Amino acid sequence: MTRADIYRKLDEVFQDVFDDESIHVSDETTANDIEDWDSLEHINLMVAVENAFGIKFNMGQIGSLKNVGEMVDLIEKKVG
Amino acid sequence: MLKELEYPFDASAILQRKKKLRRELLAQKTARLPKRIAILGGYTTSDIRQMLELFLLDQGIEPEFYESEYNQFYQEAMFPEEELLGFHPDIIYVCTCNRNVSRMPGLRDTPEQIEEMLRSEYERFCGMWDHLRETFHCPILQNNMEMPVYRLMGNRDAWDVHGAVHYLTRLNLLFAEYAGAHESFYLVDINYLSADYGLRQWSDPFYWHMYKYAVNVNAIPYLASSVSNIIKSLFGKNKKGLVLDLDNTLWGGVIGDDGVENIELGQETSVGQAYLEFQRYLKAQKDLGIVLNVNSKNDESNALAGLRHPSGVLRPEDFIVIRANWEPKDRNFEEIADALSLLPESLVFVDDNPAERHIVREQIPGVAAPEIGEVYQYIINLDRNGYFETTVFSGDDLERNEMYRSNAQRRMKEKQFPDYHAYLRSLEMKAEIRAFEPMVMARVAQLTNKSNQFNLTTRRYTKDEIEQLWQQPDRLTLYGRLSDCFGDNGVVSVVIGRLEGDTCHIDLWLMSCRVLKREMETAMMDVLFIKCRDRGIRRVLGYYYPTAKNGMVRDFYAHQGFTKIREDADGSTLWEYVIPERPEARQDVIHIETDQA
Repeated sequence: MTRADIYRKLDEVFQDVFDDESIHVSDETTANDIEDWDSLEHINLMVAVENAFGIKFNMGQIGSLKNVGEMVDLIEKKVG
Repeated sequence: MLKELEYPFDASAILQRKKKLRRELLAQKTARLPKRIAILGGYTTSDIRQMLELFLLDQGIEPEFYESEYNQFYQEAMFPEEELLGFHPDIIYVCTCNRNVSRMPGLRDTPEQIEEMLRSEYERFCGMWDHLRETFHCPILQNNMEMPVYRLMGNRDAWDVHGAVHYLTRLNLLFAEYAGAHESFYLVDINYLSADYGLRQWSDPFYWHMYKYAVNVNAIPYLASSVSNIIKSLFGKNKKGLVLDLDNTLWGGVIGDDGVENIELGQETSVGQAYLEFQRYLKAQKDLGIVLNVNSKNDESNALAGLRHPSGVLRPEDFIVIRANWEPKDRNFEEIADALSLLPESLVFVDDNPAERHIVREQIPGVAAPEIGEVYQYIINLDRNGYFETTVFSGDDLERNEMYRSNAQRRMKEKQFPDYHAYLRSLEMKAEIRAFEPMVMARVAQLTNKSNQFNLTTRRYTKDEIEQLWQQPDRLTLYGRLSDCFGDNGVVSVVIGRLEGDTCHIDLWLMSCRVLKREMETAMMDVLFIKCRDRGIRRVLGYYYPTAKNGMVRDFYAHQGFTKIREDADGSTLWEYVIPERPEARQDVIHIETDQA
């Protein structure tokens, strides 16, 4: 799976979770860029990302993500 | 009903698209019951609230929520603050888990200490429930405990008093005893739900340590669906019956082609056994008061031959309406609903053929036609949808099938009389019309929550509210039980009047449609007039509030001799009746038994 593929899929997940089809994420996207992305919605987002890619994040990883780019790095490693 | 929320559902899709689903549900212009639900949580409950909202909207209830602060269930229950008090919940849901148990037995504790520990844990919960009941007078839903995710002593945990499995099992039994002994208290059977989902997945500690969820986020749709079933059942939104196909639904094979001797049903083959098990399940549903009907493309003689198969357990007599013909199934479905005086959406369509399910679902809005899968999955797929979640089980439920059957017989009798009045007289009807009494409360509450058609104001009352009303001196309450030569119809009518000066306002007037056109409404009204008169009331005001379902009673008060004094733009009407000095009986077909005013 290329980074571009991951982003395509990730956009879908973000659009669903925040019910906003205009969302397109990039390496620099953070919770500050998306209005409804609070700590509770973060749980849903992580679960949805895990389900979409068929992966499971480690406990430490979820807390330390600084932006979507780091999330994509992780996904890249997990899906191989 | 949204297909996405029907079992078997895709939980991760529901979670991911919850906002869109919510938007779609709210865009449906269906009339929903607004209800206020307070969630008092022992862990994070935000997704539970959001999922519960989806399932409730789908079941015809529009919830408004109060959510306690994280893990503040006990404090907020015992010392409720203004926000919760002012919220006036219709339902309180105490969402706890085994991590909320204050102490678990240690290996050094003596059996006596463990006994004491268990007692005080139970008393902590039951003190909280009692307090909630006294403060809020509304139904309470309480999670029981899931089993622990590890077992210190392995299998010994199940029977040793020190074992966590043993301890939580006993605590669950105490919870069950409380539920059995108290009205309006219902357990959410987390122990079963978690086992069904898979305990290791359900209690995956990841979600606790990461997000303080005692339940795997992916399992929340299953939890919410089950909780919504209890709530919709409490507010009278249960389904009432099943409409069943025959070929490859109740037996294997096509009876018209294969012949009765070649259909698969019974112990001889594995497929035959699976159909037999399904028939047994349906027969047990019938005892719960679920009405069974047949909707099959078959000649009637073939259908009946199949239902008389020597290895089957369902018999033709188990069904109220049997429609076996070559008409489209949606038309048959509507005729069955009509014959039962039930709304089509209160019946569930069970057919192995996806095309038939599709046409019924498309043609009759609101009808559930679940994807039942293969024969060995039929039971689970029906069961998990919770169509018939039983919260209140009254004696009337056991008898309900008998009542529908006597109704069908009465319809037969109708045809043998010169005129309708002579027919009514031949029924030898007796009505017991009295003020509410403890024996009938459960049934009265059930009726007020599920009657939609013959219901002038469609006000809903919980059992607690009914019990409070009954004791208020400014209320005049009546229930009516009707029996006839074919049997007892049970409690079929409920009236609540509010007395103000010389006027009685009819806040609630409803009647079960199974006794339509029997003059029961006139008998009830006559008793109301007499009781009003006895209490110095001279004027009765009747209110009609139109809904999507109660068009049949638009002119009810006119028929009862009331005069219309107001009509609003939305179709609501206000009616007045001045009671004569000596009210006279206006019907002579029902013999009335009543109490003193």
